[in-house]
Amino acid sequence: MISVRNLIKSFGKLRALDGVTVDFHPGKSYALIGPNGSGKTTLIKSVLGMVIPTSGDIVVDNEPVMNHWHYREKIGYMPQIGRYPDNMRIGQLFDMMRNIRKNPPLLDEELIDAFRLNELVDKRMHTLSGGTRQKVSAALAFMFNPPILFLDEPTAGLDPVSVELLKDKIQKEKEAGRLLIITSHIMSDLDDLATEVVYLQEGRIRYNNTIDELKDITGESKLGKAMAKMIRGLEHTHFPPQGGTKGGVILNDVL
Amino acid sequence: MNLLKFHTTLVLCLTGISVCAKTILVDPAGSTKSIKQAITQAAAGDTILVKPGIYREGNIIVNKPLVLIGEGRPVLDGDRKYEILTIHASNVTVSGFRIISSGVSSVNDLAGIGAINTDRLVIRDNEFAETYFGIHISNSRNSIIENNRLSVSARSEYETGNGIHLWQSTQATIRNNHVTGHRDGIYFEFVTNSRIEGNTCERNQRYGLHFMFSHDDEYHRNIFRENGAGVAVMYTRNVTMTYNLFEKNWGNSVYGLLLKDISDSKVTSNRFIQNTIAIYMEGTSRTEFSENIFSSNGWGIRLQASCDANTFTRNNFMRNTFDFATNGTLVLNSINGNYWDKYQGYDLNKDGIGDVPYRPVNMYTMVVERIPTAVLLWRSFLVFLLDRAEKVFPAVTPENLKDEYPNLRPHDLST
Amino acid sequence: MTRVIKYVFYDILRTRFILLYTLFLLVSTIAMFQLDTDTGKVILSLMNIVLMVVPLVSIVFSTIHFFNSYEFIELLLAQPVNRKIIFLGEYFAVAFSLCFAFVAGVGLPMVLYGADASGFTLLYSGIMLTLVFVSLAFLSSVLTRDKAKAIGIALLFWFYFSLIYDGLLMWIIYTFMDYPLEKITLALVSLNPVDLARILMLLQLDISALMGYTGAFYKEFFGSNLGLIFSSLVLLVWIVIPVWGALRIFTKKDL
Repeated sequence: MISVRNLIKSFGKLRALDGVTVDFHPGKSYALIGPNGSGKTTLIKSVLGMVIPTSGDIVVDNEPVMNHWHYREKIGYMPQIGRYPDNMRIGQLFDMMRNIRKNPPLLDEELIDAFRLNELVDKRMHTLSGGTRQKVSAALAFMFNPPILFLDEPTAGLDPVSVELLKDKIQKEKEAGRLLIITSHIMSDLDDLATEVVYLQEGRIRYNNTIDELKDITGESKLGKAMAKMIRGLEHTHFPPQGGTKGGVILNDVL
Repeated sequence: MNLLKFHTTLVLCLTGISVCAKTILVDPAGSTKSIKQAITQAAAGDTILVKPGIYREGNIIVNKPLVLIGEGRPVLDGDRKYEILTIHASNVTVSGFRIISSGVSSVNDLAGIGAINTDRLVIRDNEFAETYFGIHISNSRNSIIENNRLSVSARSEYETGNGIHLWQSTQATIRNNHVTGHRDGIYFEFVTNSRIEGNTCERNQRYGLHFMFSHDDEYHRNIFRENGAGVAVMYTRNVTMTYNLFEKNWGNSVYGLLLKDISDSKVTSNRFIQNTIAIYMEGTSRTEFSENIFSSNGWGIRLQASCDANTFTRNNFMRNTFDFATNGTLVLNSINGNYWDKYQGYDLNKDGIGDVPYRPVNMYTMVVERIPTAVLLWRSFLVFLLDRAEKVFPAVTPENLKDEYPNLRPHDLST
Repeated sequence: MTRVIKYVFYDILRTRFILLYTLFLLVSTIAMFQLDTDTGKVILSLMNIVLMVVPLVSIVFSTIHFFNSYEFIELLLAQPVNRKIIFLGEYFAVAFSLCFAFVAGVGLPMVLYGADASGFTLLYSGIMLTLVFVSLAFLSSVLTRDKAKAIGIALLFWFYFSLIYDGLLMWIIYTFMDYPLEKITLALVSLNPVDLARILMLLQLDISALMGYTGAFYKEFFGSNLGLIFSSLVLLVWIVIPVWGALRIFTKKDL
């Protein structure tokens, strides 16, 4: 479980995160949504330890994130753009990652098989298409059976067949009780993969509840429509900075 | 008959001393135990043969023509008090001894062997150790000093005198000696028509060779290495120096060869290797420098403005930090036909001679001349740029100091 | 860390730039040996390359490489591993590959054509300068997030140490020429790694001239191994301090 408490991150004058408090629970799948510059990436990077928060706490399974790195054994991360050293072979990349992860005995190679990456182990990174690199990123994220998965735009740039393969895999891991945090601009994907919605705007959490709840309140059957309706509603009102389930309650009042 | 016999003996005695000269044996175990005793007994022309042993006899004075021969290298010990051998006669030969521990006195110039007013003195095959002066000769003619080894382990130049010191002499030959640790290795003052050849002077406190007012002398095939101040040649005319090696004379004001007020001389076929300044010259005129090798020196030649009418030709300048330095702008010397490894010109007509002149005075040399500390920036990019700028717009370097016919290849100088 | 170093090292060795750099050094060195029979003159010409080109290439290439590897470094940081390990791994990989290129380009022909002590000093200086300027490059890279700005800082470092510093030094020497400044100038020289490497070479090529320098202190310094030991130590400081500073900044930096 990831627990974020009153997280503030400033870049100079800009407040990227302005008091974020949120919990992510195992077995649930979160869609992290927000407009560009809303703080999504900063939030993910804070949890991954790439961004050092100005104040606030992040705890992953009882281990504080600040100045620690062991907790990241539990996290698989699929970046939005996977860029790798040009002349590195896929096989070398996997070998290096396994080495960094201290060569665990149990490896999840389902995606490697599904994407047929085994046939490409000797290919160098600069010879790969963007889609293939994305497959490599996905395979790496799942390889070490992490209980927590961060997937940043996982389906972007993938061909339709691969998108389905990846979605099946995500679905499977969700059912296996992993904690998933997914960002995507494709609402239909999130509709399939996520159970919860965390909506960020201007560094604050504006909505945090299940997708079903959101659909109920808005009376829409599609996540995309429901989101659009909610965002329009938000624009006409002021919310207290605090997120959490209360957001849903307030939203009820608005609508 | 008797008269005839007498005549024969007389003739033989007059023509060659060997016939009637006798040999006196000095032996600690024999009847004549001291050299002094033997000299008293000896007649002119006798030979004194000294057997192995240590002879502490204070100051031994040789006042008649004698041949002193050490057999099995007997030791003459001066007990740090006396001049060991003092020679006042002509036709004296001293050889085969080990001469140690003379007295130290800068007033009396005590020596291992001192000689005054002699003719045809021969000092050969001796070893000198810890003598104040090694060999000190004055007012003599036709001296031969060869195959001696002189060494001192003094710490400063004030604790020791010169190795081979000649004053007011003529027609001396100094050959194949080895001098180390003395103040000056070989010292000449008012010594004329003499030859110094095949000697090695190294690690002496001051100069390997130091001579003044010594005209018409020749120096061949000597080695001067790692001496405190190199070699100094001063106030002299008509000197010839050939095939000598000047090596590793390092330090501030240390010169491979210092020339001061020299004229009508020749410095040819010498090698100057790794000296701080290979040749420093002031007041030098009409002297020829040819077929020398200047290699890996700090400065090849440092020429003061007081020099004129000297010629430098067919020399090889290689790997020197600075080939040529001068404090003047007006140059009255000729430096044509040398090889300079820094020359970057071309040879279109393929005659082996560069088509554009070479200017051996580097711009930065002039800077270092004024500010010695600036040598620390040598070979930096900044200095490289300054040097290029100077080559395009000459401002500091003397315009007419140039080699009009620089050789493209090193001259073949076998030494 | 070794696995990271190994694969990043392999990767850099195959980049076109490093191949060209190696080739350039190889061709120039061989050409110099072919054109000139005097090894001393070859060493002199190579010295200019070592003092000018090697630092420039090292600092610019390392800075560009750092920014090109940004996403990859991010991915590595999402793994359970200390930031320091990643940073130092990158440093060593870049430094080793540039040293390798230099040794292959200059050292190999030098050994083939026969090198003396000054040749080995040259190789040593080149390797030390490579390490110093990679170190400075990593410092410039963490000082800013902007690639162009970082390259600007890197070029400024190079320009400063290659030219500006010596200009200032010359000015000081000229202005205070009547004062005994020997120790001070020597100290000032050691504040510049390029000058130090140059002094190391001067100790080989121009020892006769340096010995003509006033003062017993200098004679002792230049005449013994003291000069070599001193300059090596200071160069080592020049390698360690910038990379240490960069590491400190990097561990607290937001990516």
